[in-house]
Amino acid sequence: MLLALSACVVVVVALLWEVIAPQLAVWRARRKAGRRRIGNQVVEYDPGRERRAEQRARNLVQSCVNDEEWAMYRDLGFLRVWGRCARGPGDGDGENRRGAPYAYLIYPHKPIVAFVPQTGQLLSEYCVEFPDLDRPYGSARLPDSDDVLAKWMALTGDERRLIATANMHLPGRQVDPVAVRRDLWRLGRWEQARIQREQTDAGSVSA
Amino acid sequence: MRLLRMKPGHGEIVIAEGDVDVPEQEQELIDAFRAQLEAGMWAAVPTTRPGGRREAELVRSFGEVPREADRVIFFPRAAGG
Repeated sequence: MLLALSACVVVVVALLWEVIAPQLAVWRARRKAGRRRIGNQVVEYDPGRERRAEQRARNLVQSCVNDEEWAMYRDLGFLRVWGRCARGPGDGDGENRRGAPYAYLIYPHKPIVAFVPQTGQLLSEYCVEFPDLDRPYGSARLPDSDDVLAKWMALTGDERRLIATANMHLPGRQVDPVAVRRDLWRLGRWEQARIQREQTDAGSVSA
Repeated sequence: MRLLRMKPGHGEIVIAEGDVDVPEQEQELIDAFRAQLEAGMWAAVPTTRPGGRREAELVRSFGEVPREADRVIFFPRAAGG
């Protein structure tokens, strides 16, 4: 009788252990994760940090690009960079903007989109990131405007190197082609308005 | 000349600042520049072309930085996304 009772107790304990053990493991893992520190330092929550970082980044963009590009980024949320590699009307130097064979749209934290300026045809997406592996505040992601500026500097400084690093995909993989075409339309309207404004200003000055 | 570095959650920070015509300060700039490259950063010098066009020049050593440049911006090296 005692032997049978002991056997029952052993079986019950074994069955209970099977049920409880996984939950214990999960509980231990959660406890451990809760104690883990990021980069050997406790990062205090600061709700304004990202906003201040983005404001600094925007100031840096403004100080690097010309007035037209800054106004484009401020008003439309992206930058256009003329392509320089292909041989064509622009012949690679980028000076003849009207004849540039292709151009790029730079969005924050989205692929770079290549397109034909004359027709608006989308050519490809170049997926590229600039991850800071130090993760100073727990994230490897640069502020939006720093990401845009990094792409702009890399494209204008060494287009081949950046494009060789990026993963190329057909249009539509990550960026909605409809949205890009709408942005190209917005860009056209924006440029027309800017030209008209400049002509009006020039006319009023000469008068 | 100022050496700036883009930083997540912060924006740019000043890593080093000095006059390239003062040998001690230039050496500090060179050391800081080298440390950033060894940490995997790319370095760019914003420039203005004749006609007002702006662009950047990617540099791989301190010797490639134009002497008259007022800043060098470091950012994490590109990776395929």
